[in-house]
Amino acid sequence: MSAIQPPAQRVWWKQPVDRVEIVWIAIALVWCLIMFFFMPYWHVYGEQNYSGEAYRVNPQDYVAKVNEFVEAHTVRHETDRQIPVVRPPAGGDVYLLARLWEWYPILELQKGETYRFHVSSADWQHGLSIQPININFQVLPGYDMVLNITPTEAGEYAVVCNEYCGIMHHTMLSRIYVVDN
Amino acid sequence: MKPQFRTCPETGLVFHRPAENLIKANAVAAVIFLAVGGLLGLLVALTRWPAVQILNAQDFYTVLTGHGVVMLLVWILYFEIALLYFCSAVLLRSRIATPRLGWVAFGLMLVGAAITSWAIIAGSSSVMMTSYVPMPADPKFYFGLILFAVGALIGVFIFFGTLAIARDEKTYEGSVPLVTFGALTAAILAVFTIACGAIILIPTWLWSIGYISEIDPLMYRLVWWGLGHTSQQINVAAHVSIWYAIAAIVFGAKPLSEKVSRGAFFLYILFISVASAHHLLGDPGLSTEWKIFNTSYVMYLAVLASLVHGLTVPGSIEVAQREKGHNKGLFEWLRKAPWGNPVFSGMFLSLVGFGFIGGISGVVMGSEQVNFLIHNTIYVPGHFHATVVLGTTLAFMAMTLWLVPVLFRRKTFMPGLAKWVPWLFGIGTGLQTLFMMGAGTLGVSRRHWDMAFTGSAFEWAYPGMAHTLMALNGVSAIIAVLGGMCFVVVVVGTILFGQRTNPAEYSETRPAVLRGPSESLVGHGQIGFKGFPAPGTFVLAMFLLLIFVVYFFVNYGYLASVWRFS
Ligand SMILES: [Cu+2]
Repeated sequence: MSAIQPPAQRVWWKQPVDRVEIVWIAIALVWCLIMFFFMPYWHVYGEQNYSGEAYRVNPQDYVAKVNEFVEAHTVRHETDRQIPVVRPPAGGDVYLLARLWEWYPILELQKGETYRFHVSSADWQHGLSIQPININFQVLPGYDMVLNITPTEAGEYAVVCNEYCGIMHHTMLSRIYVVDN
Repeated sequence: MKPQFRTCPETGLVFHRPAENLIKANAVAAVIFLAVGGLLGLLVALTRWPAVQILNAQDFYTVLTGHGVVMLLVWILYFEIALLYFCSAVLLRSRIATPRLGWVAFGLMLVGAAITSWAIIAGSSSVMMTSYVPMPADPKFYFGLILFAVGALIGVFIFFGTLAIARDEKTYEGSVPLVTFGALTAAILAVFTIACGAIILIPTWLWSIGYISEIDPLMYRLVWWGLGHTSQQINVAAHVSIWYAIAAIVFGAKPLSEKVSRGAFFLYILFISVASAHHLLGDPGLSTEWKIFNTSYVMYLAVLASLVHGLTVPGSIEVAQREKGHNKGLFEWLRKAPWGNPVFSGMFLSLVGFGFIGGISGVVMGSEQVNFLIHNTIYVPGHFHATVVLGTTLAFMAMTLWLVPVLFRRKTFMPGLAKWVPWLFGIGTGLQTLFMMGAGTLGVSRRHWDMAFTGSAFEWAYPGMAHTLMALNGVSAIIAVLGGMCFVVVVVGTILFGQRTNPAEYSETRPAVLRGPSESLVGHGQIGFKGFPAPGTFVLAMFLLLIFVVYFFVNYGYLASVWRFS
């Protein structure tokens, strides 16, 4: 019986199965189960997880919170556009706003400290991509996404938008500074 | 009654005239759209080659949107409709259900594709394939997609109707062939997919004309991916069916066992649609339990199904070859395969590329945490070019190279050129997938006109290697497009200029009932060793597994090196 003909017998599920298939199915199933258990395992013992903490928020309210945050903790301004660099207290809330076509504000964080890192959008969808460590999240308007982030390495990091958000999408770039205590 | 059926003297297939005409029309439309989409794809790759950057930003996003829509929807669905008609009417020797409605479906798809293309070309709808709200597109963009989907849905129901007719009129004996069973799997997934498409696209269209004030972006993404990802699972079911079909056509291969192969298709029906959740792993607000259930528990049973087909398809070829006497060593069956026949080489490159590159990368990037490393980087298009282009498109091309001469009763035009098609296209695309995945691992984002960030307030440079990889991607795209152009020349040339073979002789009598072979069910005792009729395939499968395991843990190792977050 060929694959483009009917099976030799109507009751095809009674056809004997070759040992090669049984052995392979068993091996493949074991591997699938290993992958399955590895995800919850990493969730408990691994240090890179996002557990889904997020809040519905009105974009205007979120922008107001960001402005409050910037006012309280700005340490200097950078670039021709005088973008504020904000150094929040260790362990505190950090707000990052995505909008056409910038990330606001620039952040200065301390190595080894954990922050409650909020990110949301004022308009369309954006993509939060921190380079060169390459961790990536989706940023949606109306959702305040909260990550407890601990920068583990000092240096200068880029924040790239990696969700298409219009014609100037490729200019949507910013900085995070991570400094030693 | 007008004579309706003809039997192809070379292949023994029986064609019902209205089904034949519908298959021809849908397949030709598919190939034309493939040519258009391929050229758009070349422009995309040449723009992302940093030293070339052929398009300006605005044109780039327009062309990228067009490339996505034309390839992922129009080319693939037209071909799948042709395939569904083939797997029902032709393989079952049945008349096709409601052929007039088949032309309505064809027309709706054409009109829908034209309206959406018009919206894209006008420049008002550069919203990408995913068209995430609240970024707006022209209402015509959504409306065209809806018409196209309705047309495709009608085609799917004609397939179901034809199966019912074949069953009622007893055109075949016993159960439907495995290939038809696989096509049925694809059709069931298509209904789910198009339902998701309706649930999301109709409100989005109403929103675009101002009738609905707001669509929640997270809800949009959730439902959209029920369409966007599951439609790719239709492709998987369809191209796996084609692998089995080509193994049967070229080698006379039989499934190792009907039970295992059909069981694997059944796992697709049950479990594959929830796999779409892996697009939302980096989204706010979805719980860990939801993500793990959707991406792993259930998805891995669908992965198991793919792993099974990965063994049974080449295994059936190995058994057929060994039974023909190529029984020496582990790989004589493979060395003696007809590598110069593009129908076989296309199918085999599709199988290997889909398994080793598309399958492994898809599962690894779809696991809950690894996804954070590559979400929205160019790794993602790298992965899905391995599944949808190297897997699905190449399989469809191989099938087309076999089907067009049979349908149009002409010899293949420039057979020497046809030989090159799978190699150029397969190797070009295969390299592209690897280069894109490499660049994505280095952080290069997808859908980005300029990886140098010209005009930004800040400066940032990706590693030099990332620029090199994107240049190599451009070179590979040129190779792939050359292969695609050869394909179009061969197909169009065959239809227009191919040397005519036998004239069509339609007969008034109904074709004989399709029967399976009468042999009793026995194993494959005489070949291979120790109950392993396909030892070479087993070794290849273990090799795949080894790469899979290593790659999985390498990615978790990389993940462990980045900032801590929870
Ligand atoms: Cu953006």
